[in-house]
Amino acid sequence: MFYTGAVGTAKTKGGLLESQKTLITLQINGERYEVAVTVNKTLLEILREDLDLTGTKHGCEVGECGTCTVLINDQPILSCLTLGVEIQGQKITTIEGLEQNGKLHPIQQAFIELQAAQCGYCTPGMLLSSKALLDENKNPSQDEIKEALSGNLCRCTGYWKIIEAVELTASRLGASKE
Amino acid sequence: MAKAKSEFSVIGKSLPRVDAGDKCTGRTKYADDLRLPRMVYGKILPSIHPHALIKKIDVSRAEKLPGVLGVITGRDLPIQFGIMPTSQDEHALALDRVRYVGEPVVAVAALDEETAEEALLLIDVQYEPLKAVMSLEDAINIKEPRIHDYGPEGNLHKIVSIDFGDVDGGFGEADHIREDVYFYQGNTHLPMEQHSAVASWNPSEEKMTIWSATQTPHYVHRALAKVLELPDHKIRVVAAPVGGGFGGKDDPFSHEICACKLSMLIGRPIKITLTREEVFYAHRGRHPVLMWVKTGVTKDGKITAMHFKSFLDGGAYGSYGPASIYYTGALQTVTYKIPNYRFQAIRAFTNKPACGPKRAHGTPQPRFAIERQLDRLAEDLKLDPIAIRQKNMTGPNHVTVNWLKINSNGSKECTEEVLKASGWKTKFGKLPKGKGIGFALSTYICGAGLPIYWNELPQSEVQIQVDRSGLVTAFSGAIDIGQGSNTVLASLVAEVLGLYQTDVSLVTADTDLTPIDLGTYSSRVTMMMGHAAIDAAMKVREPIFEAAAEEMDVSIEKLEARDRVIFDKENPENKLSFKDAAQLAEAKFGPIGAVGSYKPAPKIGQYKGSGVGPSPAYSFSTCVAEVDCDAETGEVKVEKIWIAHDIGRALNPLSVIGQVEGSVYMGLGEVLMEEQDFRKNLHKIPSLLDYKSLTFKEMPPVETILVETDEPNGPFGAKEAGQGPLSPVIPAVANAVYNALGIHIDEIPITPEKVLKALEEKKKGNPPRVGPKGIPSYNFPEPVKVEVPAEWKR
Ligand code: FES
Ligand code: FES
Repeated sequence: MFYTGAVGTAKTKGGLLESQKTLITLQINGERYEVAVTVNKTLLEILREDLDLTGTKHGCEVGECGTCTVLINDQPILSCLTLGVEIQGQKITTIEGLEQNGKLHPIQQAFIELQAAQCGYCTPGMLLSSKALLDENKNPSQDEIKEALSGNLCRCTGYWKIIEAVELTASRLGASKE
Repeated sequence: MAKAKSEFSVIGKSLPRVDAGDKCTGRTKYADDLRLPRMVYGKILPSIHPHALIKKIDVSRAEKLPGVLGVITGRDLPIQFGIMPTSQDEHALALDRVRYVGEPVVAVAALDEETAEEALLLIDVQYEPLKAVMSLEDAINIKEPRIHDYGPEGNLHKIVSIDFGDVDGGFGEADHIREDVYFYQGNTHLPMEQHSAVASWNPSEEKMTIWSATQTPHYVHRALAKVLELPDHKIRVVAAPVGGGFGGKDDPFSHEICACKLSMLIGRPIKITLTREEVFYAHRGRHPVLMWVKTGVTKDGKITAMHFKSFLDGGAYGSYGPASIYYTGALQTVTYKIPNYRFQAIRAFTNKPACGPKRAHGTPQPRFAIERQLDRLAEDLKLDPIAIRQKNMTGPNHVTVNWLKINSNGSKECTEEVLKASGWKTKFGKLPKGKGIGFALSTYICGAGLPIYWNELPQSEVQIQVDRSGLVTAFSGAIDIGQGSNTVLASLVAEVLGLYQTDVSLVTADTDLTPIDLGTYSSRVTMMMGHAAIDAAMKVREPIFEAAAEEMDVSIEKLEARDRVIFDKENPENKLSFKDAAQLAEAKFGPIGAVGSYKPAPKIGQYKGSGVGPSPAYSFSTCVAEVDCDAETGEVKVEKIWIAHDIGRALNPLSVIGQVEGSVYMGLGEVLMEEQDFRKNLHKIPSLLDYKSLTFKEMPPVETILVETDEPNGPFGAKEAGQGPLSPVIPAVANAVYNALGIHIDEIPITPEKVLKALEEKKKGNPPRVGPKGIPSYNFPEPVKVEVPAEWKR
């Protein structure tokens, strides 16, 4: 097969009517979800299709764009390459969990102020990758920011406003702790 | 109604975008995020041949698969559609013939996506392959088989041949003439969001509703009415927030029509989302264009004549092609005074995904050619590359030889600014080996003067409703694809009514609820929707001011509104809250609301093709690129970009800078790496991994300078920013590469292989160049001669 699209990715069996499902438990944004899934169902699909957590986006479904980034145990992962059955019991954070009790995370605030989101489609993934970076590195250099976010593609912004938003957040978080 | 900047209360501030909160919390619902009760899923079987007759389609096995609800083929949707009246050449599903690999052939509805995909495997299509036409040369040489049975001849879609002024006379006056050939490879939009549509047929109302990731809900509406044979009012198109478009969601698409048809067939809502690979096939991206340009100049560098030929590889369908072809010739004269100009062009059909409008539609290609050639002309004449441009630059209030009227024109200011910021004088010719610097100028339209299909109606309309709470709602058909049109709408209404941006609720891009806006293309939205919004807001303000004036016992002319207060300019203590004034007005006149509209009125030339190019205003951008080239690896590293953009007036400076930086990013992708290429009749790279684009790591620093020229035709003086700034980046980088290494890369993208090849030629003592050798020999018809009437020149 020389194209991997509609035909190439088709599974030869396992449509809705025949597939075997397993009941799994996921910890997402501090909440517990039980969901019956096939073993090959990705976290991306579970979030979007089973749990209506559609804030997580997709741009390729094969691990090439970073749009589907979520956090597992505070580390960014590609939800399109992660199977639901593999991550039971681990701490999953999606864009819906970044805001706490209606209060925005400082990185969200900075993205809004600096217009780091244009079409907004890459934004959930960008925000989560940025948060993971800032959790680990309180004061990242520009190169460290670029490195940490280089798996996330954005077609709109030209990236600089995103870098500036991460820097602004780092300086604000640093200042608030002093 | 332009007023001095110091008086604006909302305009000119870098306020956050009105939809940023939703976008940064995952609340924005894009088309693929929607789910309706009982919704099912659709998948589309693509053609595996670039060119073939369909002999037989057997869907019986697919239909029998449990979970499959419906299967349709081209026979179910026989009516043709297309974006332009002259390009009604598409079928939602191929009928009898396929014209590119990836073309939709059969569509299936099933309870889930896996079942739909499985059903596709059970469909048997018998093809009779035809000779595939895969290149421009093929298209010109292979007369049979024809891809379409329309067009002037063989596989040519359209031919243009036109003269403005006395071209032969102009060349006669030249002291120096040069001819160069350039090629600009095709590339694609690559929006992060894959196209998606949800269609829902309501049998009892006999009404179709579709939510789609589209830049042009109005044209989708028209195409659906035509193909589905439904009356207009039985179709509602809602454009969901678009996750990036760049022109890639400007056409009506197969999956939108198939979703509707399947929903009608099965009586349930259905969603079709394209895979990333399918997005590459849907395409409508940048045309590959081969160009030949001959320019005559006097000794001191004044252009006396230009002859420009472009050959566009259009792919399998017309799409916006009838406009694209003219755009490759229309704007050369807007940046430089070209007194005599001949433009000849061909758009050809090939068995590849259709090309169409990508950001700066049809103009980056010729811009690359002429800005590269100007550097060569300067060198030939031993002139400075900036000086030769300054000698020829147009200014404000200029009429071009092809009948385009320029009002504000910041090209000179932009040039000065970008040279100053980049330290050009200290760098040009003075950088160490391997480093180089290059300059280019470009322009773009602020909306097309004419609509896509001929009509006398307004091109944008806005309705405003005032609530007695003091809030207002603005209704507009415009769709925000990330460029910020929602924020423009809210800010303009707020400015006129003296409210905060957040006081304005928006209802947008819904053909049932909102008045018409033709769509997000040709950089028209700020210009056209902006004027309509100001018009509506001014009308709404009238009764409110009247009621306020009466209450405040002051004449209406003395009133001003800002910060939710209406006050007497001469005695600001005499004031009324907007809310109180709105209630007084409602008590006096009844509900307060108004509609406003805009229709551009640029003069249109009287010649065939004159509809492409006229615009209420033109933006101008200049770019300086500094590069560091590695002669060992051929790698070109762009160290920094300086870009100055004549925005007329920045309604929201941060938004404008965002558009400019985004344009620079996309221009850099085009000049350095992006290409939609084909090998052995197949798309070489239908994946994000192989289609190279810039990541965080490759994106150089950008310094953006906004130049304000207060465009008389712009809403509060504004012009476009979303497209124009892309174009100068490409030639600026190419010129910088020449400056660094003394090699001419006359073919975009400038890849390391090409750089190495040119260096090798240089070493061998050959012309240090990589680029097309020549153009196909083709005898264009005798040019149609056009003169600008004397009264236009005044
Ligand atoms: S969707 Fe592209 S990486 Fe997961
Ligand atoms: S904001 Fe559109 S892709 Fe990043």
